[in-house]
Amino acid sequence: MSPSSAGPRELLLGDEAVALAAIHAGISGAFAYPGTPSTEILEYIQRQAVPGISACWSTNEKVAYEEALGMSYAGHRALVSMKHVGLNVAADPFMNSGITGVNGGLVLAVADDPGMHSSQNEQDSRIYARFAMLPCLEPCDQQMAYDMVRQAFDISERLGLPVMVRLVTRLAHSRAVVATKEPRPPDPRPPAEGRAWILLPVNARVGYRRLVDRQVEVRAAVAELGCSRREGAPGNGLAVIAAGIAWNYLLECHLGGEELPPSLRVSGYPLCEEGIAGILAAAEEVLVLEDGYPFIEETIQGFPPRDRPRIRGRLDGTLPRTGELTPDLVRAALERAGHEVREVEGPVAPRPPVLCSGCPHADTLEALNAAMRAVPGGRAFSDIGCYTLGALPPLEAIHTCVDMGASIGMAVGAARAGLRPSLAVIGDSTFMHSGMTPLVDAAREDTPVTIIILDNSTVGMTGGQPTAATGDELRRVVAGLGVPEEHLRTVVPLPKKREEITRVLVEEMNHPGVSVVIASRTCVQEAKRRARRGRKEATA
Amino acid sequence: MKCDIVLAGVGGQGILSIAAILDAVALKQDFSVKQAEVHGMAQRGGAVQSHLRISDRPIASDLIPQGEAELILSVEPMEALRYLPWLADGGTVVSSASPLVNIPNYPGIEEILATIRRIPRHVLVDSRVLAKEAGNTRAENMVMLGAASPFLPLSTDLLRAEVIAAFASRGDRIAEANGRAFDLGREAAQGARCGPRG
Ligand SMILES: Cc1ncc(C[n+]2csc(CCOP(=O)(O)OP(=O)(O)O)c2C)c(N)n1
Ligand code: SF4
Repeated sequence: MSPSSAGPRELLLGDEAVALAAIHAGISGAFAYPGTPSTEILEYIQRQAVPGISACWSTNEKVAYEEALGMSYAGHRALVSMKHVGLNVAADPFMNSGITGVNGGLVLAVADDPGMHSSQNEQDSRIYARFAMLPCLEPCDQQMAYDMVRQAFDISERLGLPVMVRLVTRLAHSRAVVATKEPRPPDPRPPAEGRAWILLPVNARVGYRRLVDRQVEVRAAVAELGCSRREGAPGNGLAVIAAGIAWNYLLECHLGGEELPPSLRVSGYPLCEEGIAGILAAAEEVLVLEDGYPFIEETIQGFPPRDRPRIRGRLDGTLPRTGELTPDLVRAALERAGHEVREVEGPVAPRPPVLCSGCPHADTLEALNAAMRAVPGGRAFSDIGCYTLGALPPLEAIHTCVDMGASIGMAVGAARAGLRPSLAVIGDSTFMHSGMTPLVDAAREDTPVTIIILDNSTVGMTGGQPTAATGDELRRVVAGLGVPEEHLRTVVPLPKKREEITRVLVEEMNHPGVSVVIASRTCVQEAKRRARRGRKEATA
Repeated sequence: MKCDIVLAGVGGQGILSIAAILDAVALKQDFSVKQAEVHGMAQRGGAVQSHLRISDRPIASDLIPQGEAELILSVEPMEALRYLPWLADGGTVVSSASPLVNIPNYPGIEEILATIRRIPRHVLVDSRVLAKEAGNTRAENMVMLGAASPFLPLSTDLLRAEVIAAFASRGDRIAEANGRAFDLGREAAQGARCGPRG
């Protein structure tokens, strides 16, 4: 055992390492909308409650990104974090922030979810970095996550560009000890000036040219931090290129003391051209290990295949094209013998998550099922949140789940195709995130849709963050968007009220215009959390 | 020394509390630790697992490769079976014998327990009864931590102290019940240890 090391050793999630690094880098604010596996970044900053750092949830990822950009404009450092699909929502400001450039350092931490542990797809954010031509750093472990976020703020200010840091679920949600460095104060600059921030075509052309010209420096900055080569044992002509946590899986397969093949660690985007050229030149066969899309593999494949070694990875079937990378897959790709692996033995049934007992959504969805039986032929377009579990037995109450806010837009489109009744089922947080705009469309045209807003007064799915509007506030928002008072109903989802809710739903489903039914009762987990907080305050 | 542990159970059973206690004690004993956990839908009664790796050398992967876990520690018997592909040759399964039935197609418990009993090194503990005896029906996870303690490279005294510390904020009564749960689990495991070296 090693002797006791100096100083306290902190065990941090990858997410927490990112958060702590941003605090130590001197941010004045952190912005985010919750989403697994990125939620713990802002939660950690909130828990630290550092004076002078604002850390509030934003209404959606686009808003979060724009708020962070505004803070950067004002000369302060800002962190913005989200899950991978959140970047679809924030894509507009993200793409354009490369053209405006930044003033105070701006870092985007985005957490991808290969294997779709809790997401609707496994898109790879490195492709967004390439699309926007912005630097992306991809750490291998928690320590590197801390170090890279600190360095990302320096690069951002040196190059005048936002910097992306890409995490994956296994890094975001895994703990290890992190050694921290001296924190620095915010030291803000004066607010930005000049035309660069006014993206009229005449200015945007200049900004885009500047971004293109800066790519050499972008490449050099990422290569300096993320690219490292191990000479290894040339052996049978195999070399390895690995990025992010795939590097750890490579090391894991060689812990027994066997030497690595010649190996190159790369990071994010842009890829380290020199390092890759070097490794390709020396090998007969190159195995590419990366979690997510075959991003590196496609980049180095080239077309047509010229005089280069055979490239193995997710594209040629050496590794599965989809799903999460694991140490076991890496071991098999390296053709190394593993341990004897047992099968699952005995009877094992899948155990999917279910709505908590007493969940208000269950009452509303039961009532919805009864209403759908009373007015047959319709569909319930739904959304993302705990209530998506209502698609599974025994409820089987909803028919779609695509992206946040899609329920209302799809119900409107289907209603205009003549589908009756056309319903939308959406949570309070998702409604504020991206349900308001399609509701404006429905209200303006008085489209015959019935929208059920499940107001449980929290973001249940991601562990109970506050929602932007609940209760009376939410009702006022809906009324303000143009829903007539007589078709804006409120019900209380309790088992004893199911029949009443069914009756209200049937009435509104038969109404040939827009209607909104708000089902309002606090999530049972949130109620427990509030009680616990109350007790703590009472004893304090 | 390395000890790879798969922690298993059902959302709400307190798997991550077990992990946090193991993490803290491993750090106190100056080991390296990596612990991959599943967040997100955890509180809604689905299967939950965490990979916890303890070593006196640096650890590379956050995930345990299959066939390498010295220990599967499960707060629910069917969940113990789900992770058998991770169990090393000669590894130990420490599992609760008390089923948590929240799915309609939960298999026959006798068959589940019989399967666990066929694993050469196993410990089955009636965590529900022992938690009740300890004075807190929610302390099944601490019963199971106690039951696993003879198989861990960690000090039992430090583990027990960490259990008390973890629940200190909930008041003395709850903290002590969890400490007792730990003790009862440990005693039960020592009585029930089996297998070639048991
Ligand atoms: C663009 C995007 N951002 C974030 C998420 C993660 N996420 C899924 S559902 C959800 C919010 C759910 O809240 P609400 O609609 O209030 O429903 P509840 O879970 O409380 O029932 C979030 C943040 C996502 N899937 N997509
Ligand atoms: S967390 Fe809340 S909203 Fe989600 S299933 Fe449980 S009670 Fe329902």
